[in-house]
Amino acid sequence: MEFFELLGFGAKGWGALILTGMLLTLCVTLASLAIGALIGALIAAAKLSDIWWFRVLGTTYTTIFRGVPELLIIYLIYFGGSTAVTAIGHAMGIEGFLGMPSFLAGALAVGLISGAYQAEVYRGAYRAIPRGEIEAASSIGMPPLRCLRRIILPQVLRFAIPGLNNVWQLSLKDSALISVTGLAELMRTTQVAAGSTRQYFMFYIVGGLLYLVLTSFSERVFNSAERRSNKSMPRGMGQV
Amino acid sequence: MDFEFLFSTMKALLEATPTTLGLFSLSVFFGCLLALVIVTMRVSHNAFARNFAKGYIFVFRGSPLLIQMFLVFYGLGQFGVIRHSFVWPALREPFVCAVLSLTLCTAGYSAEIFRSGLRAVPPGEVEAARATGMSGFLLLRRIIAPIALRHALPAYSTEIVLMVKSTALASLVTVWEITGVAQRLISQTYRTMEVFLCAAALYLLLNFIILQVLAILENRLNRHHRRPTERKPSVMTALFGARP
Repeated sequence: MEFFELLGFGAKGWGALILTGMLLTLCVTLASLAIGALIGALIAAAKLSDIWWFRVLGTTYTTIFRGVPELLIIYLIYFGGSTAVTAIGHAMGIEGFLGMPSFLAGALAVGLISGAYQAEVYRGAYRAIPRGEIEAASSIGMPPLRCLRRIILPQVLRFAIPGLNNVWQLSLKDSALISVTGLAELMRTTQVAAGSTRQYFMFYIVGGLLYLVLTSFSERVFNSAERRSNKSMPRGMGQV
Repeated sequence: MDFEFLFSTMKALLEATPTTLGLFSLSVFFGCLLALVIVTMRVSHNAFARNFAKGYIFVFRGSPLLIQMFLVFYGLGQFGVIRHSFVWPALREPFVCAVLSLTLCTAGYSAEIFRSGLRAVPPGEVEAARATGMSGFLLLRRIIAPIALRHALPAYSTEIVLMVKSTALASLVTVWEITGVAQRLISQTYRTMEVFLCAAALYLLLNFIILQVLAILENRLNRHHRRPTERKPSVMTALFGARP
């Protein structure tokens, strides 16, 4: 019964560590989703803007962050961030190499990538709002900010849910790459457990299964959110 | 800007490009073949085959590629049966392991894309073909495959770009492709930004070329959907009027 001993919560068991790692994966992905939402909203606004160089800026951002490997972006943020932190440390009189916190670096890197995908989701969702509603709002004299709050945002959020589900699943899997910065999330703990017990096959299967639990559980959450947000709408094509 | 450093970085990365391209083309080729098998099982009437395909797609789309790659690279070597079998000389190579896991992963995603293409085939066309006595492989080749391919191509282009990016993970199982070399340069020189810019430019260029090729293919496949282009009247017609 070596299997249960290794995966259990006893002295030789890795169960508790792996579950903590799973929780950390969830946290870092949530943080990156939040960072990505902020960036995504800004980039979507830039891409929808009337000013041409805003549009160029938005397109450049989405092209770069969707076209370059995630691993490379994580290296950029982690090593680049560490170089910057060390430089700041030197300026404040702290000698030697200072690392960037790996949680922050990871969440930022995955957030930057997620922001590029979320920008496209929000842009599509904005396009789905009937133009007449925005025109009607401005014709009765609603100021732009109130129009944003009352007309645009509620509908953008509703139309964006299926796209956000995709982005979330992508980020969840990208978060495994943060393990290269040494953050003890699910991938990293699985790796450490596999390496120190030499039970590579078993631990990677368990880690993979836990990722499957995360992805299928969040799929359910998103589906019920979609159903909830469409409660007052007539049923159309492609709804859950 | 240190152009000499940029130049030497670019040279080192360009030397690693064939490895990236090799990983990419082999895994897309085998992944496409495997996806065709999986999608055939997924739409078959046999419940066992259908459920197996569903499970396959669920597992390979739901877990990170990195864990699949480590499972193949570190996990398989743990078993004596595999270590002593004839496949071991191949499976010992990181490159083969990377191609294998990339293939398995992309097959899951591509199978779903192909299935959505199949669903776009209007039942009426298949019925019409059957009514004229077409069946089996001929039906697949003449009616189903062309329509399905045309509908699946845009989504498949996205998957292919994702594959170019996924090859970067092979560096974590010690294949020296572009990202691996870039990471080595970064940790040697700590000049993150310059190395990153070179590697990013290389990947963007690769993706740009691949997308252009796919766009040309898509354009050709949809030729019959375009409106016939109006010919501009030639200079002669403009000067002397249309010939009777």
